[in-house]
Amino acid sequence: MAIALSRPARRRLRTLGFLSPWLIGFSVFFAYPLLATVYFSFMHYNQIKAPTFVGLRNWKYVFQDMPLFGPALWNTLWLVVIMVALRVVFGLSLGLLVTKIKTGVGFFRTAFYLPYLAPPVAATVAFVFLLNPGTGPVNEVLSKIGIDGPNWFNDPTWAKPSLVLLSLWGIGDLMVIFMAALLDVPKEQYEAADLDGAGAFAKFRYVTWPSITPIVMFAVVTGVVQTMQYYTQALVAGKIASGVSIGPGSVIQPGYPDHSTLTVPQLVYSMGFQNFNTGAACVLSLVLFAIAMAVTMLLMRKRSGLLAAED
Amino acid sequence: MPRWRIPLRAPVLLTAAGLLLAGCANPSTGSATDDPTKPVTITFWHGWSAEGEVKAIDDSIARFEKAHPNIKVKSVGNVSDATVNQALRAGGDEAPDVVSSFTTNNVGQYCDSGMWADLDPFMKKTGLDKKKIFPQSLLDYTSYQGNQCALPLLADAFGMYYNKDAFEKAGITHPPKTMSEFVADAKKLTVRSGNSYQRVGFMPNFRLYQNSPDRLFAQWGPTYFDKDGASRLAKDPATYQFFGTAKKLMDAQGGYNALERFRTSFGDEMSNQNAFLSGKLAMHLDGEWRGLMLNDSKAKFDWDVAPLPVPDDQPETYGRGYLTGTVAGIAHSSKHQNAAWELVKFLTTDTDQVVKFANAIHNVPSTNAALTSPKLDADPKFRTFLDIAKNKYSQVMPPSTNGGMYVVQLQDFSYTQEAGRVPDLKAGLKRLDKLIDADTLQSQN
Repeated sequence: MAIALSRPARRRLRTLGFLSPWLIGFSVFFAYPLLATVYFSFMHYNQIKAPTFVGLRNWKYVFQDMPLFGPALWNTLWLVVIMVALRVVFGLSLGLLVTKIKTGVGFFRTAFYLPYLAPPVAATVAFVFLLNPGTGPVNEVLSKIGIDGPNWFNDPTWAKPSLVLLSLWGIGDLMVIFMAALLDVPKEQYEAADLDGAGAFAKFRYVTWPSITPIVMFAVVTGVVQTMQYYTQALVAGKIASGVSIGPGSVIQPGYPDHSTLTVPQLVYSMGFQNFNTGAACVLSLVLFAIAMAVTMLLMRKRSGLLAAED
Repeated sequence: MPRWRIPLRAPVLLTAAGLLLAGCANPSTGSATDDPTKPVTITFWHGWSAEGEVKAIDDSIARFEKAHPNIKVKSVGNVSDATVNQALRAGGDEAPDVVSSFTTNNVGQYCDSGMWADLDPFMKKTGLDKKKIFPQSLLDYTSYQGNQCALPLLADAFGMYYNKDAFEKAGITHPPKTMSEFVADAKKLTVRSGNSYQRVGFMPNFRLYQNSPDRLFAQWGPTYFDKDGASRLAKDPATYQFFGTAKKLMDAQGGYNALERFRTSFGDEMSNQNAFLSGKLAMHLDGEWRGLMLNDSKAKFDWDVAPLPVPDDQPETYGRGYLTGTVAGIAHSSKHQNAAWELVKFLTTDTDQVVKFANAIHNVPSTNAALTSPKLDADPKFRTFLDIAKNKYSQVMPPSTNGGMYVVQLQDFSYTQEAGRVPDLKAGLKRLDKLIDADTLQSQN
């Protein structure tokens, strides 16, 4: 028996039908995990017994009794500020370089892009080997020219800068994006600037920069979001550099040396799937989510302002 | 229809669905109603991965299957505790029936969470008296608050390997027995080479191979928790003596930074590049299994084994050491718990099996009968570890509801302390106690 539907009802159904792929994806992969994370942040749940309500105990634990939360948050924010900024500057510089050079363009573009294709774990292991203070070739070369090289990944002061070096080595993704943006700047504008007698800096400031601002903002926003989730390289570098044997029965705290490479995502995993402290892991995830949202919103507002100013 | 009703419905629906799904996230539970005389296949997860070890456990399973033709065992090796922990929480058809762990650290967690089934009812059903079969110290580390959710499947004792050639060269006639002798000998045995070393007497750095701080700390016989379960490291004088001795050892051999830098040049522990095997260390804390590896690798120097030194004011405890071991149990989710018990019983209590397995992988046997068996490996170096295991002062780690979290906290603190970044040891230890207690509270329901 056919059901007669009013025209507005049919329209709503049609609209829902078109929206359903997104609605299902949003509900299953964003809304449900987010709601479950909020729910578990108020529960004691060891992933084996039924969850029990504990009020704000997990929140108090994270903010008062978890000594690693402070260092993890500091390291994450340090990486967000330093690594993202340097990656953007370095990526843009390389983009400018490969758009300016006349000979061997293909070779240089490929050479600068290739490291980005290296699997993160393999690249990190190679870097830890190269920068090994005792046997690594980098310190070997430095010592030959009279420099006592640092302990790199084995020194709390140098561990994060070493991770930044690793990220700059794999800058190929940003280089390609900036290269495309730079090649998209209308040539007529440069010709007009030449006629006005503009120098290289003035051309960059008044022609190039306004054209690529949206791409720079894109690089910054995606960089911030990615760095807030920084996990693999820091974990692998810490584990390999520590030299600690990880046998079938052993658990080690990530962040070697002295928690200097510990990031919030590592702490989330450690809490959730090593200690099975689901509540604390959920609190940490929510804190990370809130910070990422706040920073992104701030940057997006800044971007709107920049674009409005250009208009 | 008013427009405000749609945005209200969606979140309410999602919240309800979220809470419903969240509440359903509980793994399946098993049963002990199966008939162990009926044909069945059970799955056994273990951590052994080296060729010789895998052969030894496979031979053990073959002996079991011969004795129990109706039970087939599917053996899965190289399984870590993290995998056991996660898999038993996730449940599913591929989950194991019999589980084992290379560490005793997580027994408290396994028992308290109910992940591993209580074995007392099985022992009662089959008439086994655990107190007669196992040494008490081993029963202590396989139970938590009266729940015997695991049984010892061979034990590990830690002692000191030493390079006899290096001793002779340095004019040392016997291994050190007290901590003062230890520091003095370590200094004599250390050979510098420019800014680095040719050899270090004893490397106390806590990140070296098996040097987890709890292992050397065992020589002082510390008490980790008071009767109420609160951490008491700051109150125990042994803690201060232990860190003091570790610092003396460091200072006598060039200090933390130089030693740590040398450590980063060491090869993998389980390879021929092992620092003791390659002559970079003259004295070395390690477990009984290392002897087999040194023999297999044909070490280029003469070596021997002795118990680790003890504090100067506790000479009567010489011969003690840190004890741990592999433990075995039954997964809570197993639907064949009676058949699984047959395998656990065979592996852990059958004297002939325990002796054969101990000899094959060079581990310390874990039953009273096996410890005194004439069939045990007669190698005097190996027997040193048997004596350490039998020593009444030897120490096992107390089980805790959150597994080895307090050990991880102690390790973390020790790394900072050895690097000289704890300005006030007493205040640091008080903070450590507070953190361990907070972790314990957080893990309790």
